[in-house]
Formats: sequence, C-alpha cells, structure tokens
Amino acid sequence: MAGSAVRVPAARLEAARGWRPDEAQVATALIALLGATLVVIIALPLWSLLSKSFQDGAGAFVGLRNYLIYFSTPTLFASLLNSVWVAALSTAIVVPLAFVYAYGLTRSCMPAKGAFYAAALLPIFAPSLLSALSLIYIFGNQGFLRHWLLGASVYGPIGIVMAEVLYCFPHALLILVTALSLSDGRLYEAADALGTARRRVFWTITLPGARYGLISATIVAFTLVVTDFGIPKVIGGQFGVLATDAYKQVVGQQNFPMGAVVGMILLLPAVLAFFVDRFVQRRQVALLSSRAVPYQPKPERGRDLAFLGYAISVGGLIVATYGVAVWASFVTYWPYNLSLTLKNYVFENAEPGGWEPYRNSLAMAALAAAIGTALVFTGAYLVEKLKVFPAGRAFAQFLAMLPMAVPGLVLGLGYVFFFNAAWNPLNVFYGTLTVLVINTIAHFYTVAHITATTALKQIDPEFESVSASLKVPFWRTFSRVTVPICMPAILDIAVYMFVNALTTVSAVIFLYGSGTKLAAIAIVHMDEAGFIASAAGMGAVIMLTAIAVKLAHIALNRFVFERLQAWRKR
Amino acid sequence: MTEQPFLKIERLSKRFGAFTALKDIDLEVRRGEFVCFLGPSGCGKTTLLRAIAGLDPQDEGRIEIAGRDVSRAPPADRDFGIVFQSYALFPNLTVAQNVGYGLVNRRKGAAEIKRRVDELLALVGMPEQGRKYPIQLSGGQQQRVALARALATSPGLLLLDEPLSALDAKVRVRLRDEIRALQQRLGVTTIMVTHDQEEALTMADRIVVMNQGAIEQVGTPSDIYRAPETPFVADFVGHMTFLDAVATGPGTVRVGSLELAVTGNGALTPGEPMRLAMRPEDVRTRGIAADTPNRFDARIARIAFLGSFCRAQLSPTASPGTTISADFSTNAMRDLGIVEGETRTVAFPPDSLRVFPARESA
Repeated sequence: MAGSAVRVPAARLEAARGWRPDEAQVATALIALLGATLVVIIALPLWSLLSKSFQDGAGAFVGLRNYLIYFSTPTLFASLLNSVWVAALSTAIVVPLAFVYAYGLTRSCMPAKGAFYAAALLPIFAPSLLSALSLIYIFGNQGFLRHWLLGASVYGPIGIVMAEVLYCFPHALLILVTALSLSDGRLYEAADALGTARRRVFWTITLPGARYGLISATIVAFTLVVTDFGIPKVIGGQFGVLATDAYKQVVGQQNFPMGAVVGMILLLPAVLAFFVDRFVQRRQVALLSSRAVPYQPKPERGRDLAFLGYAISVGGLIVATYGVAVWASFVTYWPYNLSLTLKNYVFENAEPGGWEPYRNSLAMAALAAAIGTALVFTGAYLVEKLKVFPAGRAFAQFLAMLPMAVPGLVLGLGYVFFFNAAWNPLNVFYGTLTVLVINTIAHFYTVAHITATTALKQIDPEFESVSASLKVPFWRTFSRVTVPICMPAILDIAVYMFVNALTTVSAVIFLYGSGTKLAAIAIVHMDEAGFIASAAGMGAVIMLTAIAVKLAHIALNRFVFERLQAWRKR
Repeated sequence: MTEQPFLKIERLSKRFGAFTALKDIDLEVRRGEFVCFLGPSGCGKTTLLRAIAGLDPQDEGRIEIAGRDVSRAPPADRDFGIVFQSYALFPNLTVAQNVGYGLVNRRKGAAEIKRRVDELLALVGMPEQGRKYPIQLSGGQQQRVALARALATSPGLLLLDEPLSALDAKVRVRLRDEIRALQQRLGVTTIMVTHDQEEALTMADRIVVMNQGAIEQVGTPSDIYRAPETPFVADFVGHMTFLDAVATGPGTVRVGSLELAVTGNGALTPGEPMRLAMRPEDVRTRGIAADTPNRFDARIARIAFLGSFCRAQLSPTASPGTTISADFSTNAMRDLGIVEGETRTVAFPPDSLRVFPARESA
C-alpha cells in the first residue's frame, strides 16, 4: 500500500500528537486474520473430507477406489436412490402446499395472517426429529390414527416423507412469501384495466412473477430433505438414506473413507442447488424496479374464506402435530394411561446426563451466538467497507459464502477428519465445547454473513470517507456509528445463531464428547433407547426455549429500537 | 502566476478496468480559490475529487497540497474536509456530536469542543440545534451540519461533492449563496463537483469543464460562457445553435447562402468546413441599421413560451432549410409584437459567434 517514504511528513505530524497505529496496516492484518480463521473453520475441514474420500483406512492414496466400492455395493447405492426419491416426493408435496399458503398470506384479505404465519414457522424452532417423534405417537405402533395407514408402517419412507414435509414447510413458505410479496401492483391494475380474466392473470402475471421463488423453494426443500439426518434416524426404520449411511459408516463401523465418500455425494445436490440459487437470486432482483408499487389485495368474501379454511387446516395440522409431541411428553403411558405426569422430564431415567445436555446446549448456543455474531459482523464489515487488500477480502468473501453449499452432516464429517487427525495440534479440542461452538458458527456462517452484509450495504458508503477526512480511524467509526446503526441486524444474527445452535443435530452428532452431549443429540439417544416420551420432552424444551428467545427478540425490537431510539424513526 | 499554487495536480490518470476515468489531468488551484468541476455524469469529475481526497487513489500522477507531495498518502494524512451529496451524517449521533466528531480525536477538552461546535453551528446558521438528531432536520439543515462538520477541524481544503443536488430548487439557490459567502469569509480553498452549470457559473472563481476523463477548458465563468474553447464546452454550458458552415475569408463564414462575419476566432482558412455556434440570447432585433453586420431576414417559425422569455426558431430567408434558436424577452415580445409566421430582420454581432473546425464533434 502506501510507500513509507512519502508518509514521513505525516508521521512527524503524528509524533507531535502522540502515536497512532497505521490504519492501512491494521486493516490488512485484520483481513488476513479473518481469512486465516475462515480457512481453519471452513476450508481445511472440507479439504480433509475431500482428501479422505481418496484414501484407504491407513491414509494411503487410492484414487477413485472408494467411489467404485460405493457404487458397486448394492445396499449403499440403494440408499442414494432412496434419498433421491424420498426428497423428490417430499418436495413435490411441500412446495404446492406452501405456495397456496403463501398465496393466501400475501394475496388475500383473510384474517389473522400474523397468527397463521407464526403457526407455519413453528417447525423452525424445533429439531427436525421432533416432527418424526410426533408422527410416531400418531401413526406408530401405539398411534391413535395408525389404521389410517391401512396396515402400512410409518417407520420408513411414509414417515420420512410426512415428517420432512412438516419440517420443510416453513423454509419453503419463507421463500414463497417473499417471492409473492415482490410483485408490482401496477401490473395487476393494468391487467384489470384491460379486462383480463382471473385465471389468465394468474397464469400470465402471478406465476411468472413467482417463478424464481418456486425454483428456489424447490431446491431448498430438496436439499434439506436429502441432507437431513434427524428424521430418517428416528422414523426411517430399516429404510437407508445417505445421511444415516454416513452416520453408520463413521460412528458404527469407523469406516472413515466410506463416510467421506457418502459425504462427498451429499455435497453434490447442495452444491448444485447453491449455484442454481445464486443464478435465480440474480434474476429475481432484476424483476422488480424501484418504482414498482406493492400489490394490495382487496377484500373478497368467497376467496378470503377459502384461504382461511386452507390456512386453518394446514396451519392447524402443523400446530397439532407439534402439540401431540408436547402433550405426549406429559403422558404417563401412551396411549393406555393418558393421565398427565412430569416423570418424563426427569431425564435421569432415560439419559445418564439428565438435564446436562440441555445445559450444554444453552451454553453452546449462547457461545455460538456471542462469538459467532462478533466474528460474522466484524468480518462482513472488513469485507464490505474496507478498501485495502482486495484479494484478501475477495478470498474471505468466497469462504464466507461456502458453508451455504455444505450440509451440516458433511461439515460435521469434515470436522471429524480434521479435528480428530493425529497430526493436527488442534485435536485437543476434539469432543470439547470449543469444537462444537466453532462448528456451529461455521455451519450457519453464510446466512449470518448475508444478513450482516445486507445491513452494511444500507449504510451510507461515505461514512468511512468522512471519518478518514476527519482523521478518525475506521475502528472508532465502526464502534461508535456502524455497530449502533446495525444493532437490529446484529441481534437478528445472534438469534439466528442461537436458535439453530439449539436445534441442529446433523453437524454436531459426530463431534460431542462425554461431557459435552447436546440436547438434540440426547433426543436421538433417548429415542434409540426407547424413551420416546423423554425424547419428545427434551424436544419440547428446546422448542419452547427457542420460541422464548424469539419472542424476547421481537419485544426488544418493538420496545427498544422502535420506541426508545428516536434517531431510528423514519 | 507567481504565487505557489495551493493544490497542484500533474499528469493524473485513473482506469477502472478497460474504462479510462481520468487521463493526464494537469491542474493548479490557488490558495483561497473556489473552483468548480463541471461536466456530465461519468466525465470523471467525482473521480478527480476522490483522487485529491485520497479516497480512490490515482493509478499515475502526482498530487501536491500546500507544497507537500500527498500522491500516495492515505486520506487521514491529507488536510481536507469533505461534504457529500448524501450528507453522510451519522444518524445515531446528535448534530453536536456529528460536528464534533473529528475534534474528539484531537485531545481537546470537552469545554473547548463544545465552544468550537457552537461556533460552527452559528457559522452555518443553525445555533441551538445541537441536540437534535439528523432525522429531525430538513435536507438543507442536514447539509449545513455536514458543512459544519467538514469545517470543524479547520482544514486547508474543502471538498464538496455535488452538495446541493439532493435539495429542492429554492433551498438549493439559498444554500448556494450561503456557501459562497461562507467560503469567502473563511478564505478556505474549495473544490466543488457539480453537473449544474448555473451552480458553477454563480459560485466559482474558476470552472474546470470536464468530459470523458479529460479537462476541456479551465476559466472564469464568463470565459467559459463567452469564449468556449471547444464545441463540447459551447454545447454543455448554456444553449447553443450549431450550424454547418464553410470559411470564406479570414473572418467570414457562409451558412447556406448566408454570409456571416466572425471575430475573435483567429484566422480562418477559406474553403475549410466549420461548425458555427451561436447563442440564442445574442440575437438583436432592435436598432438594426443598413450597415449593421450580420443582419438577415428570417421567418419566425415557432415560438415556445418559457416564462420570463420566449424561444423562437428562426428560418433565414436566404437559407430556408436552416433553423436558428433565438431568445426574446417577454418585453421584446410585447413591444415589438413578435408573432409566429412573420418575417423580421435580425442580427448576430460578429463577436458573439464562435466557429470550430468541423471534424470536432460537439
């Protein structure tokens, strides 16, 4: 950067005023540090996974042999096909369901939209496997509705698809609501003025407008199902899928190379989805000009009632399913003795650690939220607002976007191979809370990074220029101006990290140690040991904790940011 | 110019990929001068300002401020204050905190800072407003605060990047006069970027007209307006009619069959194709005698009412295919009874006409 020769007069000027660190050097060092951090927590674990898939058990390079074994072993290859058709079927069901729900929320005047939106988002606050536990209570061997399956078993593809539909519903809904809100009301007025028929308006304006949202939702749902571990583990029975195979290979058979191969295969749909989604996002932005006027639905009794009925059935179904799990966790002996009890919450009966996994989860989530938010936001600031070291910033940006394309299970495998390796001095962290926290931050890095970047982009880019002209170093403007302005986004990131850290199973299932078992993992173990009610209870505790955090977040936004900080008012 | 220039720019160049934003800029600004960079969007005027500030450093060339080479110095090591079109006020800080932002860092006592902030707020005409937040102020007030903040550290150079563009027309005119008066009172060397020629003509001591990354002309406002050196400047500043012409003598050109005298353009080579430029307001309609130079009859083809004056399209009888714009004051319209369709004798004084070689396109 700046040559030292020409700075001499300035340096002399500063000497009179006291020592001041060189901004450009500090900035370069911080960017380098960010890049190095991301390499350790993201790039190296993935590299370990990739290289492990080309090695034998002793670590010698064997080329594609592991892949050949994989594809010539019928049971393994069958899991791949199972994963694909189960994911395709779940996606085909959940996307239309969510589309109609989103359409009702955005394009009708049905009442209580907020409540129905909240009801549909419920699954986000629970570990994915809680929906599977519920379905076991409803359709399982002791289920009160098992005759609805006409003799078929819920343990297997039927249960997986039902549970995945519940679990993916809010994820698809969020995308579709956004897509349907991004429509130009003027187009509809123009169509109206031309006397266009309802049906034609839908096919020529609404659907093309939501096209990219539909593609996005399809991809997200498919990827979620293929890479989900919790649901097939709980309700899959003997039905093998990729995610459970990876677990069996690594945890059950200690066959690390084969686990790596499964991980690489799991990476495929996610990477593909990542690139299609990037392409779609770019197109979607261009769709709406800044002069567009948002569409405002007008009341229409018949239509509004129809959507209300639909929302009651679908939203009600979601709440009811999760409600059953909560209810069952208080039941003495399902389904024969329905009297209520708290004994299932005495986790010591089902799980050696008792409530310890829950405390571990809280500690892990709190640490991930605090450290992760600080790292992600500072990192996004360095990448977005500083001008030095462009190559370093581009590299950090690339690594920050990478976890989006990496399913939790795959990242978890990478962490096993990297942090458990004998040659790695960091292996002292294996099995500790530290590695769980780092892994969780890396797992959810991208969405948090995008949230931070979006908030930073909305800030006047000249703040840094003004500060420089006033000889105020960037770190002072960062703490005095940027952070206070972005506080709502920073809280969003913290809550996102916290909730996901509580509910995630897939990445951390390989990484916990004897004293650091997490609540979501305890659910898997209690379910395996047959203590389904306690498993459901632990799931309910996680869900209620996550919802409580979210409510506190909403309250904070309403009362602190909107009422007490006058300078935010528009 | 015997005095050492305050700002000296030599052979400055900057590229963005394949696009050349600045090519070979040379410029000197005197101490206490108010200079405007004027040009269409994308001409490089903001790029040049940001290079002077060190915000987007140049690829090549040298910048000297107050005799010190700052070509590679970071912004904080240059001595300037800057005001942006967006104001860039910190929304979470009060007006007083904004103005004092650069003072806090300089080891000054709270009382001293407060005194300086009050003084600055009074200077920009906003006393007693220090406790408000930017969001509670109008656009014009926000821009005054931004100005006070830029002046707080008493910089040697004040940079203004389109400071008035985001304001209403009336506020703009008032603030324009205030900024100019303030600049003259403080004597601070000032560079303002603008695409508004009226702003540049009324505020600047000198105007730097830029186009496609290069300087077209540097001069006083009346130089720029009266004696544009290039067709671009002639066209960009004020309104101008361009006609194809042929030089017929050292001081005459022919347009169609119309022979016109031009003075003050240097010697012309007979037979050379030229572009003749004439300002609409230079048309004469009164006191035209038989010996008045450049008199000709023209039909008044169309009149557009523009408020304080009317713009007519003239079609010379001797060259009916040509159209010349001519402005008549509302007074003249009334006194002379100018109406569409009539034929009238008009004249363009020879010293008001400019000619340019034909190959330079405007």
